[in-house]
Amino acid sequence: MVRPTRVTNRIRALRFAAGEMTQAELADKVGVTRQTIIAVEQGRYSPTLEMAFRIARVFGVPLDDVFDFPKEA
Amino acid sequence: MPFEEKMTWASLVVTILVPVWYFVTVLGRLQQTTAAEIAWQRPMLIAFGATVALTIVGAILMSIATSVSAVARGRKPADDIDRKDERDKTIGRRGDVIGYWVASAGMVGVLILTMLEYDYFWIGSALYLSFVVAMVVSSVVKLVAYHRGF
Repeated sequence: MVRPTRVTNRIRALRFAAGEMTQAELADKVGVTRQTIIAVEQGRYSPTLEMAFRIARVFGVPLDDVFDFPKEA
Repeated sequence: MPFEEKMTWASLVVTILVPVWYFVTVLGRLQQTTAAEIAWQRPMLIAFGATVALTIVGAILMSIATSVSAVARGRKPADDIDRKDERDKTIGRRGDVIGYWVASAGMVGVLILTMLEYDYFWIGSALYLSFVVAMVVSSVVKLVAYHRGF
């Protein structure tokens, strides 16, 4: 499976920390499909800034705690 | 599978099956008569109608399948059918843009056929083929984007 985006995320860890929230539950809270959450988690899709903020807001953490963009080597 | 991806699959199947029927029908007639004599207008109109009708049938079947699947998982059907998110829209746009360029290239081919004064049969069929190839490429691009990411 390709990883077309360099943006990494901690959504899986945050979901488990939030009472083992399922991907479907997170999708419902963010207002997207479960498949989009899966794609973001697996790094197959970089969400828009708006969606990224919505995800961070669900977990009650700053954006930086959810997403990371590594520096150029 | 997101509802929009299911719809793309339905569209792809219809977009392939109907033109195959059209081209098998009209090209088969070439063995009995010349291109100028072929009555291709009626089969093409039937193909247009069939594409619209079968796409609607496909959408209904996909909606039913999605609803049954949603209820089986204890969700409301509207949660899955009505939810078209930013990723669906981005993938849709990407496929449409590439389809537009494929159709545009096809139009150049049709223009060349027209300049060379080919029969209306070839011009009409080439035009139809351009749209078909554009739609197939567009659907394939969307499906690849759904699975491989972008």
